[in-house]
Amino acid sequence: MSKFTRRGLLKSSAVMGAGLAMPTLITSPVAAYTNEPTGGSVTLGFNVPQTGPYADEGSDELRAYKLAVEHLNGGGDGGMMNTFTSKALKGNGILGKKVEFVTGDTQTKSDAARASAKSMIEKDGAIMITGGSSSGVAVAVQGLCQEAGVIFMAGLTHSNDTTGKDKKANGFRHFFNGYMSGAALAPVLEKAYGKERRAYHLTADYTWGWTQQESIQAATEGVGWETVNNVLTPLATTDFSSYIAPVLNSGADVLVLNHYGGNMINSLTSAVQFGLRDKQVNGKNFEIVVPLYSELMAKGAGANIEGVFGSTNWSWTLGDEGTKAFVKSFGEKYGFPPSNAAQTVYAQTLLYADACERAGTFNPCGIVESLEGFEFDGLGNGPTLYRKEDHQCFKDVLVMKGKENPANEYDALEIVEVTPRAQVEYAPDHPMFAGGSLGKCNPGA
Amino acid sequence: MDAILLQILNGLDKGSAYALIALGLTLIFGTLGVVNFAHGALFMLGSFCAVALSKIFNISKITIDPDKVDFLGNPLKVKTPYVIEWFGESTGAAIIDWSVPLAILFAIPVMLLVGYVMERGLIKHFYKRPHADQILVTFGLAIVIQEIIKAAFGANPIPTPAPDVFRGSYDFGVLLGMEANAVIYPFWRLIYFAFSTVIIASVFAFLQFTTFGMVVRAGMADRETVGLLGINIDKRFTFMFGIAAAVAGLAGVMYTPINSPNYHMGMDFLVLSFVVVVVGGMGSLPGAVLAGFLLGVLESFASMNEVKGFFEALYLPSIDQIIIYLVAIIILLARPRGLMGRAGVMEE
Repeated sequence: MSKFTRRGLLKSSAVMGAGLAMPTLITSPVAAYTNEPTGGSVTLGFNVPQTGPYADEGSDELRAYKLAVEHLNGGGDGGMMNTFTSKALKGNGILGKKVEFVTGDTQTKSDAARASAKSMIEKDGAIMITGGSSSGVAVAVQGLCQEAGVIFMAGLTHSNDTTGKDKKANGFRHFFNGYMSGAALAPVLEKAYGKERRAYHLTADYTWGWTQQESIQAATEGVGWETVNNVLTPLATTDFSSYIAPVLNSGADVLVLNHYGGNMINSLTSAVQFGLRDKQVNGKNFEIVVPLYSELMAKGAGANIEGVFGSTNWSWTLGDEGTKAFVKSFGEKYGFPPSNAAQTVYAQTLLYADACERAGTFNPCGIVESLEGFEFDGLGNGPTLYRKEDHQCFKDVLVMKGKENPANEYDALEIVEVTPRAQVEYAPDHPMFAGGSLGKCNPGA
Repeated sequence: MDAILLQILNGLDKGSAYALIALGLTLIFGTLGVVNFAHGALFMLGSFCAVALSKIFNISKITIDPDKVDFLGNPLKVKTPYVIEWFGESTGAAIIDWSVPLAILFAIPVMLLVGYVMERGLIKHFYKRPHADQILVTFGLAIVIQEIIKAAFGANPIPTPAPDVFRGSYDFGVLLGMEANAVIYPFWRLIYFAFSTVIIASVFAFLQFTTFGMVVRAGMADRETVGLLGINIDKRFTFMFGIAAAVAGLAGVMYTPINSPNYHMGMDFLVLSFVVVVVGGMGSLPGAVLAGFLLGVLESFASMNEVKGFFEALYLPSIDQIIIYLVAIIILLARPRGLMGRAGVMEE
């Protein structure tokens, strides 16, 4: 009969384990924070949708990240590093360490995004995670980074919740949000379509859709519009005809599509096919509004987007020096102009690197301190503030319109108005952003 | 009344797509006994035949216009499609404009070939394997096809509009004595419904009125006996696989102006189409068509705000998302073989 018992085996294993770990425990210096870089390089984690319905947005983000890394390491023409008002970046990496990167595929799914971010932090030693294209993903990954003790620089995420009820001390957002879209769009819509309008909302059924709809409804009702109905549509919907048909006889004279990416392209196409844009209701022309635009969506929607109002974070057609420098770098490298997703992630990468330089450390708490209340210019959006209370950037917002006669496929949108920052600002405790707290920065380790 | 009419039209339109895909699925199942999870991918491939043809027609000659500049300030590269160069402005533009209807001619041989290669190259090796193996291999094939299309055409939807003459909508309200704009319906969706009806009728006529069809029907009923009569039934069934692929492909081609195609669109239709096949009765062609239209109309009605409100009051939110499955459960409880299912199919 064997002398091994279960208890005996467990005891032996524990003693052996402790013995093996002892040299490490004695000799390893205690890291001050998660993934503290010890060699000549530092690793950033780019977590973008490389598959799934937002893969093209993810590809453009990845192009911009690679360009930012090239510029940080002293390659290329330096892009917006030359126009950035902070001069801490020298083109020698970050704090003298060469910048390297790993990429992950979010698949535009929260669980997949968390898994890839976790892998980049634990296996690849990424010290900062950045990426986006979906607010559901951004909120999930931001939470993970807070727990793991790394910085999360959000990419394209437009839900109020990202810097509202789900805000985290380790997370920062450069992109604008639903509230800002509403505040910028409502006066333009009032001017173009008048005060007496009846709006029907179709809304993507997740955090971004809900908060954008709430914001647009509040802003348009603020200028006198009435909201007839708000219908939630599942993200997986591809044929929107059943949702568009009831709009025809609802008495509404404006359709607001709180949809993004493929959803928006399909819902807008259905709306145009059902003749909504040729219809007269309440003695007025029926209008369609798409509150959040992107260049890639505009390209996908083709001629359907002509004359439709929306908003964006940035446009390659702006004339400031930062924009010109970025469009030149990006255009020469890739052969076409960057999207506003590309601009926000490029800016976020430079802002992170700059914060490390100014703080003199990669410690997340040093970076949080360095970014909170940071004011800068030269990254394409004019004077910008990273507000301390919620880690949201405040800057001008662009109101766009689908161009009537685009000169080429990159020319689908035109700037109608650059809405000044003051008009889109709100109090940190605004009801649409209430319910969460930043908490304390977590250095991990 | 006008809202109900609209939803009936909408339901028939949705049902057309379900019916066409389910018809193909049933043809394959009825003849070859294979549960083909790659059938949605064939629908998607059809759509991309239209996209590909549109892209081919838009292949352009590039010239430099020294008087204009691009976004970087370099001399502008002007693209002129070769079809305009060869056939002149008006004819060339008309060819490009009509790329979706013309894609029907392009898609038929392509899809027949795809079907033939798929059946001979892969699926025939799984005839004697369990249905679970067939499902796994065809599902895997669907993913492979999807990824190939994504690599070739990108992940975003590609707008492929109908010819200009079919844009806009038809005012049914005026036809029925209602006020203008009460019931309007897009031209192309009406064409899609009519096209589906023609295709479905053609398939039935082919099976019913041709010798080839008669042999196939005999083979579906008793494969062994037909074989013993000296008829190479396998060859005919392979051809039927090609026909089923072509039907799915044509459904896809005509669907492109309704929803911009993307690599994932086949999967979106696949699950619903299987529900349609099961509700209609496994192996029953009329059942598949009937169930397709029935479930399309039901789904459409369930998305009406009044209907949703009624079910929400009964603590059944999002009824439009579950109506098809709910009705499928009820029908299968009442008629376990589906609406028109035959005894003995998938029952051994």
